[in-house]
Amino acid sequence: MSVEQSYIDIYNQMADKVKAQSSAPLNALRDDAMKAFAERGFPTKRWEDFQRTDLKERYATNYGINLTQFNIDFNPYSAFKCDVQAIKSHLFFVVNDVFYCGDKKVDDEIAALAKQGIVAGSLRKVAKEHPELVEKYYGKAAKWDVDTTVAFNTAFAQDGFFIYVPKNVEIDSPIQIINVMNADLDLMATSRNLVVVEEGAKLQLLVCGHASKKFNYLCNRVTEVFVNNYGTLEMYKLEDSQDCMTNIGSLFIQQQADSNVLVNEITLKNGFTRNNIDVALLGEHAELSMCGMAIGDGNKHIDNHTFVDHKVGHCKTTELYKYILNDESVGSFDGKILVNKGSQKTEAYQNNRNIVVTPTAKMYTKPHLEIYADDVKCSHGAAVGQLDKDALFYMQSRGIPEAEARMLLMVAFANDVIENIKIEALRTRMHMLVERRFRGETYTCGACTDICK
Amino acid sequence: MGLLEIRNLHANIGDKEILKGVDLTINSGEVHAIMGPNGSGKSTLSAVLTGNPAYTVTEGSVLFNGKNLLEMAPEDRAREGMFLSFQYPVEIPGVSMVNFIRTAVNEKRKYLGQPALSATEFLKMMRERKDLVELDNKLANRSVNEGFSGGEKKRNEIFQMAMLEPKLSILDETDSGLDIDALRIVAKGVNHLRSSENASIVITHYQRLLDYIVPDVVHVLYKGRIVKTAGRELVAELEEKGYDWIKRELGDL
Repeated sequence: MSVEQSYIDIYNQMADKVKAQSSAPLNALRDDAMKAFAERGFPTKRWEDFQRTDLKERYATNYGINLTQFNIDFNPYSAFKCDVQAIKSHLFFVVNDVFYCGDKKVDDEIAALAKQGIVAGSLRKVAKEHPELVEKYYGKAAKWDVDTTVAFNTAFAQDGFFIYVPKNVEIDSPIQIINVMNADLDLMATSRNLVVVEEGAKLQLLVCGHASKKFNYLCNRVTEVFVNNYGTLEMYKLEDSQDCMTNIGSLFIQQQADSNVLVNEITLKNGFTRNNIDVALLGEHAELSMCGMAIGDGNKHIDNHTFVDHKVGHCKTTELYKYILNDESVGSFDGKILVNKGSQKTEAYQNNRNIVVTPTAKMYTKPHLEIYADDVKCSHGAAVGQLDKDALFYMQSRGIPEAEARMLLMVAFANDVIENIKIEALRTRMHMLVERRFRGETYTCGACTDICK
Repeated sequence: MGLLEIRNLHANIGDKEILKGVDLTINSGEVHAIMGPNGSGKSTLSAVLTGNPAYTVTEGSVLFNGKNLLEMAPEDRAREGMFLSFQYPVEIPGVSMVNFIRTAVNEKRKYLGQPALSATEFLKMMRERKDLVELDNKLANRSVNEGFSGGEKKRNEIFQMAMLEPKLSILDETDSGLDIDALRIVAKGVNHLRSSENASIVITHYQRLLDYIVPDVVHVLYKGRIVKTAGRELVAELEEKGYDWIKRELGDL
């Protein structure tokens, strides 16, 4: 039986039950998405967009799947202490693929946000309570008909986080969502998130990904983001997980006129990661700044795939991805910026810089621009190199040991991605985490009592 | 015993032999000038002494403070008190001057079994030494040498020298690319640091720098060997007559 067939069978057996506990906006797409998935199966390296990452292989492990969405006995609020000091945030958890509602703090945070007019919480719940909000956006940005991992997600996903920031509301402090994998068996999680930033509204969002070390996990998380005219979104994604984690993240963003979006994606520690970011610039004078950094060691695999679609003119994209690969780790960057016919006065800059520290680490890079307009400013570039030997010697000749000199150079290399973080406390914290990561110190990014141990 | 004792030193870059038997002894309290025509091996000598991995020593020995220098890693040579003011200081984007020099100072202290400097002590020391070479305050917060002018880079080298308090400083063409004011500032810094406890090697083409930093001994390095050693009067003679008379003495012309 093929890898896909077992999931198709599960869907056929369980679809009614899933639909019964879910609601109309999510159910509307399930059958079609499953059909799209069944037709083409999981992506393999033969797919143009997956040349370095075989996802079919990753799904071949026999994972448990939590279709009944039972809550496991685990309160992340007591187990988890993020010590990003001085970040006052509205904190929520998604445990495996369920938005955690078991602590009073959740209700308090939801109420605090509601006072500002913001609707936040469990996608499952909001889809029931405000179906009109979800229906208008759900599945409208995600290309489930193109990417079968997104189709798979659309067929199975039942929960995740939902955030709606109404017109002209600027959120008082960032929302932090922590995705945690924690179970007593090999587990697959399929979650779905939806974020809407209305006209003139502003949201800062920090999304972290963690895992316990106990078992093997695969998570497939799809996030759809809609930023309306003059809306602002800063989205910081941090993965600090474990070897046992396969992380498939798809982020779809639609930007309207004069909107401003910053995406900063840092893969600090992982197992096997595939991130896909797909942005459509739909209104003039929209600005996108996309930044990423990945640190690989051991046999980690980090694949970042990005696509920016300049549907209209007068928009600006700045993209920078940096990798530092050690040991036998593998990195892939595949970024495309498409400037459509008539999208005049587009500005688009793409840059990918990589340091391969050891002869056994591998970096694949494929930067590309496709331009069908004739009055644009665009550039793209990629470089793969090693640490600067002259700089290393210069530092050693001042008495700095080689290992320390290497560390300083790696931290320096990562610096401009971290500097892009606008929340000061997070930026400071990230500098420290990256340095500790390069020093090879055992660390966790929080003072957790259970997770990540 | 001398601070630095070089015996029959041979060194290659790739397959090419550059140093062909250098002998040199330097005692504490002395300033030695090494002059010589282009391509004679002056910069190679400084690179070999500081442990630049691009060069291979094929023969000979070097004792520094009585220890076998050639066996030491570059950082240990530095922490034993060797310092090179680079002819071309390296830019290190993303590493701030403060962080860089604090790491260097504290690594040396650690090596010598001394406690790390507190933030206050370090900043005080930095302020004093910076003033010595009239280095702008702003430069301390910038990345190492990034965007520095030629003069600032050289002054920054002497600032680092002042911070690290080396036993032996090698100034490799420190005068190249300096205008007369910068030259004066650099020389003032070097002279200020001069003591009976330390020594310097000044590598240069010109008399200019040696007017400010007056050497005790002058050597001519030619074709990988020291072919002439004399007092400071040799500087004026070279300035006047060039190197041809030395080449002639050696039967090369």
